[in-house]
Amino acid sequence: MLVMLASSAFGLFVGAVPGLTATMATALLVPVTFFMPPIMAIAAIVTATAMAIFSGDIPGCLLRMPGTPASAAYCDEAYAMTRKGHAETALGAGLVFSAIGGLFGTAVLIVSAPALADFALKFSSFEYFWLVLLGLSCAIVITAEQPLKGLVSLFLGLSIACVGLGNPAGFPRFTFGNIELLGGIGLIPLMIGMFAISEILRFAVDLNPPLKVVEQPLGNVFAGMWELTKKYPMQILRGSALGTLVGALPGAGADIAAWMSYAVSKKMSKEPEKFGTGHVEGIIESGSANNSALAGAWIPALVFGIPGDSITAIVIGVLYMKNMNPGPTLFTQNPQNIYAVYLLFIVANLIMIPLGWACIKVSKRILQVPRNILMPVILLFCIVGAFAINNTPFDIGVMLVAGIAGYVLEENGFPVAPAILGVVLGGMLEENFITSMIKSDGDLLGFFARPLAASLGGLTLAAWFLPPLIRRLRRIAGI
Amino acid sequence: MKFNDAIFGAVLLILGIAVLVHVPSFPQMAGQKVGPALFPGLIAAGLVVCALILIVNGVKHRATAPWINTGEWTRSRRHIGAFFVTIAAVIAYIVLADKLGFLIIGPLVLLALFIAYGVRLITAIVVAIVVAFVIHYAFYKLLRVPLPWGVLTPFAF
Repeated sequence: MLVMLASSAFGLFVGAVPGLTATMATALLVPVTFFMPPIMAIAAIVTATAMAIFSGDIPGCLLRMPGTPASAAYCDEAYAMTRKGHAETALGAGLVFSAIGGLFGTAVLIVSAPALADFALKFSSFEYFWLVLLGLSCAIVITAEQPLKGLVSLFLGLSIACVGLGNPAGFPRFTFGNIELLGGIGLIPLMIGMFAISEILRFAVDLNPPLKVVEQPLGNVFAGMWELTKKYPMQILRGSALGTLVGALPGAGADIAAWMSYAVSKKMSKEPEKFGTGHVEGIIESGSANNSALAGAWIPALVFGIPGDSITAIVIGVLYMKNMNPGPTLFTQNPQNIYAVYLLFIVANLIMIPLGWACIKVSKRILQVPRNILMPVILLFCIVGAFAINNTPFDIGVMLVAGIAGYVLEENGFPVAPAILGVVLGGMLEENFITSMIKSDGDLLGFFARPLAASLGGLTLAAWFLPPLIRRLRRIAGI
Repeated sequence: MKFNDAIFGAVLLILGIAVLVHVPSFPQMAGQKVGPALFPGLIAAGLVVCALILIVNGVKHRATAPWINTGEWTRSRRHIGAFFVTIAAVIAYIVLADKLGFLIIGPLVLLALFIAYGVRLITAIVVAIVVAFVIHYAFYKLLRVPLPWGVLTPFAF
């Protein structure tokens, strides 16, 4: 419980500081959770991320600068409300409907995960192969503006996953005789680099002067929330449902969920013309969507070991370290652990309301923390954190290279998420691919021999070929 | 800092071909048609295809996308400094940590960054020392991470 409170405070703080994301919060937490029992480690991550996704709304509302990418979708809207003098309503809506969205996502997780796990017990290596491939394909199709660049990023991630002894033949690949590389490239230093170091580098070259906080007294943030709930029940439900779904799709996380549901909200609204002028409807819908996406992302992560977003990608790494290997057997062998995870999600979303309220109260102080002091401290923390996993300076080097690579790739429009998914899932993809090839004796048609495998394979191929086909048809039709 | 797609393509092409040349030396699994070379080989083939498309795209758009667009910040001395000090600080830590010990290199890394990011000197020195000791206490004492002592070994606590 103390851990949850501490990580809540940490999450709220990280989320509220622009430039520090929820994913970064998770990456920074890992070295610390490394020394905790598994459930406590998950508790820390679940609460910190839920808090960070909410508190990202705060600077969006007061500074017009999203604290996390997940708040970017409705940042302008919230700022417009602040200028109209409705800052407390915008923040209150962000807080209350974040919690509701989170609880909705948790409910879906509780209901669907065991059922899916039952189903997944029937899966053989063929099904797993297709499932992983489908997940990776989704990550590219959904997230990348330029699918080619997403694909490159994915291939790079998969190549990194090939390094070391961890392949079906147990042959040391691409190690160049280096003993440190035998065990493969560490996932955690890689993620700390990609998500924290690259962010620090971006800060180092940021030319924008610090933004000024809006000077305005905040009223009661909970005033009028009940009326809003009664007025927009459909929006809350739709936002939460869409958020959970997008979260559950690999590669797309809270930020995409928020963008999509903001767009849906605008399209379906009775008063679309009010969007962008400080209208609370879109905030309600996408605010609940980004928090429900967080829980949704855990569904495939727990059931199949396929992360739904970059946060759960890190979580999967943590679960493996704790010998709580994700997969359907987690539900049959250690059900008490799964119940604990459910409970954590519920508690985290409930304590978010009082803690979030406190955070809004002190938000001006948080926003005044000078980032030029914060960033170096985070850097030293990252160095020590990367070192702490295996007690080797080699991992600090991995972190630095990953950080520079992540920075350069993102600057040039290569998304980082597919690379991370590639690293996390590379081993699983190869293992199931090779096992299936051996079973079918090198016959590719064997991948479609089982009905389940055939349908998953069909879905994967559809994910590849449908979007370009639809685009071409539209062009031909002249729309 | 933006590069033309063709430059990425060229780098990836070299990487992909290097892997493709390297993998046939991997041993086969006894009695199987597949081995450890297959999977990385497929990925490298994919990389090569992507790299070729990137090169074609890059060359086609070279009128609008210059080979290297260094971006605004490379014209500001302070920001170039901040960028390279950040990287150099991590390298310095890797190289010097074992010799100097965490309690010396830690504050130095912080101090260098604070100065590069424009924090006032007095604040920078005080915060650097305090934060380094707090991190040392948290990781060394509470989490029992063996942070190096270096030249401070005789004074270890």
